[in-house]
Amino acid sequence: MRPLPDPVDEAAAATPPLKVARRPAPHDSAAKHVAGAALYIDDVREPAGTLHVVPGYAKAARGKILSVDLAAVRAAPGVVALLTKDDVPGLNDVSPAHSHDEPVLADGVIRFHGQPVFAVVAETREAARRAARLGVIEVAEETPVVTIDEALASGRDDVLPPYQFVRGDVEADLAAAPAVVEGSIRIGGQEHFYLEGQVALATPGEGGEITVLTSTQHPTEVQHLVAQVLGLPAAYVVAEVRRMGGGFGGKESQATQWAALAALAAHVTGRPAKLRLDRDDDMMMTGKRHDFRIDWRAAVEPDGRLTAIAMDQYARCGHSRDLSLGICDRAMFHADNAYFLPVVRIASRRLRTDTVSNTAFRGFGGPQGVVGIERVMDAIAIATGRDPLDVRLANLYGAGRDVTPYGQTVEHNILPELIAELEVTSDYRARVAAIDAFNAGSRILKKGIALTPVKFGISFTLIHLNQAGALVHVYLDGSIHLNHGGTEMGQGLFVKVAQVVAEVFGVALDQVRVTATTTAKVPNTAPTAASSGTDLNGMAAKIAAETIRGRLAAFAAETWGGDPEAVRFEDGHVVAGNERRPFGEVARLANLARVSLSSSGFYATPKIHWDRANATGRPFLYFAYGAACSEVTIDTLTGEMRVDRVDVLHDCGASLNPAIDIGQIEGGFVQGMGWLTAEELVFDKAGRLRTHAPSTYKIPTATDVPADFRVALYEGGGNPEDTIFKSKAVGEPPLMLPVSVFSAITRALASLKPGVVPPLDAPATPEAIRRAVLAMTA
Amino acid sequence: MARKNLQFIRKGRVVEVADVGPTTTLLDHLRLAEGSVGTKEGCNEGDCGACTVALGRVRGGRLAYEPVNACIQLLGMVDGAEVVTVEDLADGGTLHPVQRAMVDLHGSQCGFCTPGFVMSLFTLYQSDRAADRETVCDWIAGNLCRCTGYRPIVEAALASCAGAPADGFAARATEIAARLTALADGADVFVGDATRFFAAPSSLDALCRLLAEHPDATIVAGATDVGLWVTKQLRDLPKIVWLGRVAGLDAIEETETGIRIGATATYDAAAAAVAAIDPDLGTLWRRIGSKQVRVSGTVGGNIANGSPIGDTPPALIALGATLELRRGEMVRRFPLEDFFLAYGRQDRAPGEVVVAIEVPRLGPADLFRCYKISKRFDQDISAVMAAIRLTLDGDRIASACVAFGGMAGVPKRATAAEAVLAGAHLDDPALPRAVRVALAGDFQPLDDMRASAAYRLDVAGSLVEKALIEAAGTPTSATRVFGLREAAVAPAA
Repeated sequence: MRPLPDPVDEAAAATPPLKVARRPAPHDSAAKHVAGAALYIDDVREPAGTLHVVPGYAKAARGKILSVDLAAVRAAPGVVALLTKDDVPGLNDVSPAHSHDEPVLADGVIRFHGQPVFAVVAETREAARRAARLGVIEVAEETPVVTIDEALASGRDDVLPPYQFVRGDVEADLAAAPAVVEGSIRIGGQEHFYLEGQVALATPGEGGEITVLTSTQHPTEVQHLVAQVLGLPAAYVVAEVRRMGGGFGGKESQATQWAALAALAAHVTGRPAKLRLDRDDDMMMTGKRHDFRIDWRAAVEPDGRLTAIAMDQYARCGHSRDLSLGICDRAMFHADNAYFLPVVRIASRRLRTDTVSNTAFRGFGGPQGVVGIERVMDAIAIATGRDPLDVRLANLYGAGRDVTPYGQTVEHNILPELIAELEVTSDYRARVAAIDAFNAGSRILKKGIALTPVKFGISFTLIHLNQAGALVHVYLDGSIHLNHGGTEMGQGLFVKVAQVVAEVFGVALDQVRVTATTTAKVPNTAPTAASSGTDLNGMAAKIAAETIRGRLAAFAAETWGGDPEAVRFEDGHVVAGNERRPFGEVARLANLARVSLSSSGFYATPKIHWDRANATGRPFLYFAYGAACSEVTIDTLTGEMRVDRVDVLHDCGASLNPAIDIGQIEGGFVQGMGWLTAEELVFDKAGRLRTHAPSTYKIPTATDVPADFRVALYEGGGNPEDTIFKSKAVGEPPLMLPVSVFSAITRALASLKPGVVPPLDAPATPEAIRRAVLAMTA
Repeated sequence: MARKNLQFIRKGRVVEVADVGPTTTLLDHLRLAEGSVGTKEGCNEGDCGACTVALGRVRGGRLAYEPVNACIQLLGMVDGAEVVTVEDLADGGTLHPVQRAMVDLHGSQCGFCTPGFVMSLFTLYQSDRAADRETVCDWIAGNLCRCTGYRPIVEAALASCAGAPADGFAARATEIAARLTALADGADVFVGDATRFFAAPSSLDALCRLLAEHPDATIVAGATDVGLWVTKQLRDLPKIVWLGRVAGLDAIEETETGIRIGATATYDAAAAAVAAIDPDLGTLWRRIGSKQVRVSGTVGGNIANGSPIGDTPPALIALGATLELRRGEMVRRFPLEDFFLAYGRQDRAPGEVVVAIEVPRLGPADLFRCYKISKRFDQDISAVMAAIRLTLDGDRIASACVAFGGMAGVPKRATAAEAVLAGAHLDDPALPRAVRVALAGDFQPLDDMRASAAYRLDVAGSLVEKALIEAAGTPTSATRVFGLREAAVAPAA
């Protein structure tokens, strides 16, 4: 490790060491998970009379609806009610951007295959499933626009206007450059495959009130859109989520429709109603990671340094806007990844296709941007004959080369040191030599290695979302009730925020009870997304807890003497003057003295601003960094591939919980590896998704994870910004670490023909790798 | 006199169920009827493992626990077993060792897949397998986790499943085994009436009589495919005849010429016997479905089902296997390849049942290779499955038997390619090209979500080429990224 100024140590010198935060506490629900005692929505005991809702859809992917014949559905056993657009008392729209392009139930037009046209409400789920298949929907079918190329050729309007970042005259520089490298890469989409599918349970209350248990990352949006659909004030609707069985972005905007349908069924029937999507319906009816095509041309110096680059990003958005604006913007924000692009144009098209609306997925467009520029780095290396790592190092942000294409200065860039450390610990150079020797002597099998960095901007680029609230109560026995606007989807948010609160009060972690996220306790929240959950909610909870602690300190100082500032909260006790009292006793005495033991807390991220019209500002509070070195072997006869070894060094600042953070890094790596190597979404020409179940859509299994998988947290980086205990966000950045796997495959292929960039697209399935082999050896 | 109810052990008590539909699944029974919601539904098709539960049965005189996907296990199939779910593992307030390890090593994140993993690990804990990394990864290949990246789960398995079982289940094993033995009444089971029933005859004769009476019944062995007809296609299957109680139908016997695999022998049970024929078969077997699928699914079912992408038929055809069927008193035996008539059509009459498959051993001059191509190594359906048997005369190929899956509507031999191979020399540099040309005449494969037609045809040629390279003496460490023969170990049992 290098001797660097250590902000953590400086902070530590000023305050006593942390006792609960920065410890590897297990997930708050770990013991319940393993015992089958953690309740998901489908596990909650149903209220008496609960009905079940199943959506029905047309066979067509595009066209006007000519007729909807539901007679057989209505007559089916157990059917209680049918829902169509005409049953919506409020607005038939759940678009997150209020763009009025996401009907709850089709409004006369089929926009994609699987779009819900009606919903069956029945006594049992099985009855509803059987009945839903009996609908006869006649559609004036039109040929759907399915792919990026079809969308470009169609000449139709995009879902959103194009957008670009420009610095300098790229075309002039490219025209004048001695060497221009160019290419195009296609990057497939990705299904979230949260293990718990979309589900909601709506229970009607009195006077039109409704409570929805919803598996969502965004309860506030569910609340407001359910109210909008039912034509109710938001105050009539409560949305609650204790935990999700995985989210990954797939439940940021797209949990809403199912909550709205359950609520609509409850509204129409007056009975509780549950909707849990079948896996196949879930995969057909909900959006995925956007597939991209990225075309690029780069002017390059002989030393591999890039002087100018033009990149065109084409994103397949599906039939509606959903969150595509932010996603495609973030792809542009990460089109540089870790590299200085002196003269640059990054252009983005948001293409409309007659397919399900693509949506948030861990990384939110960033990963596609990163894959694009890392392909450029690999191509430059191949064109110049230099080692890809040297090309990457030559292009990193550095002194005097530190302004992004969107005008934010890259501060506190630790990548040069981080990469240098990983280069040594992964033994990169020696392994490159060994691999070259192996390839020279191996006819069928070829190896490749790559070390790629990640720089990921932390903050919502929609600035107003960078806010959070929390609510903390201390009860008379000293137990603490913690609530905040963040949702738990497995990422360990609840335990991290509980660690923060326990730290503030100087109590043991088990004294803090984390409770279900509900719009009735903390209102008007942002989604738990953009890796921001801990940064935002941890701060809000800390502020709430500190407010109560301040009152207790004042009370203790007044009661037992001394300065309120000198009162200490430690080891479950409050120490004031010469008194040392158990925390619970102090709470009880404070209550008798009429001191409030409850507080909300509110946090808004400082420093950030973004002028989208002029494409300039500081959209990110800071960057999270990491790097990975991956080695692969490919079989050139079949295209099969094996990942032999992975080394990761990742920056979590001063980690709030190293166990949780390593879990995010490993899980993100494997999820990203699946995206880039095995997970293939196949749509047919009629616009139907053919890979709508795990039998055909293959996420990684344990065998796909290399036995030699070395993950370390980067020590000593801290976070120079004032984040929660100097930690850094970790949810999304690791997803881009396995770009190293993709680059390693590229390098293995490149060994077949020096100087030629392998035409490898993602995902690098056996077929894709073999296709590239054939192209290289033709 | 047939027994009119199902009997199984649950939480230490014998449960009797008489009022149940023929295709009610174990998962629906647990979650909806019993209210045990710890077991999750992730995919309802046996691919994600979130619904994994353990079935205890007496095998070879001792109690053995096997993991199954409750979502595609018909309730009747647990007759005579002990059903253990995730709620049953903790002993009072003390977590089971596999649960403890999962907590201590941070093996859960969202937690939804966790009960399934815990149950898979529980069965590994109870088994006598050495819990090395390869065994663990194989054992949990049928459990998908989208959060952790598996590393902590594998470590939890390695930490908790190393030694002999020493939990409450091990302590009660003798008692449970005795109670299961007491349940094994040898009776025919018939739950329902003549129009809707779940039947489980206990002898081959009883089976043949029942099928003669109900030739329209759906014959079920492991239900790893029929289960999906129920859960995904919502097909109404009013008459279910389950083969799992037919005494002796699961026998695996060594014969003079090879092995005879009874129709209801599971993949798992047959694994060691087929691996002894050739290590590539061991690797292939380990890649069929998942542990959960292999302890339920049967070799006979894989054949009778007639799927063009079943993995065992191409290998068994290339080995020259013979199929035995029975209908009433009539027994037929013929080469397996003749069974597959066309897509969705097999040479099996209504009421006729597969009894056994006979697989000859390889001859001294035979060289066998089989390869499976899929997007994912484990628990994936083949895009192309190739099985190649070359009978060598020095470096000359005397004859060749080459069969493919995924290339046609049925598992099919590549007769033109075989003709090219026969008589050729292994080192003939023109041979791979000639084989590719011949294969293009043998097959017109389809484009689908697993692969394009072009890739299928191309990789089929590549696989024969690989076999030729290996036949010429190149070690598989230089030709394969998976399934090295030199390092071959016994397949997962």
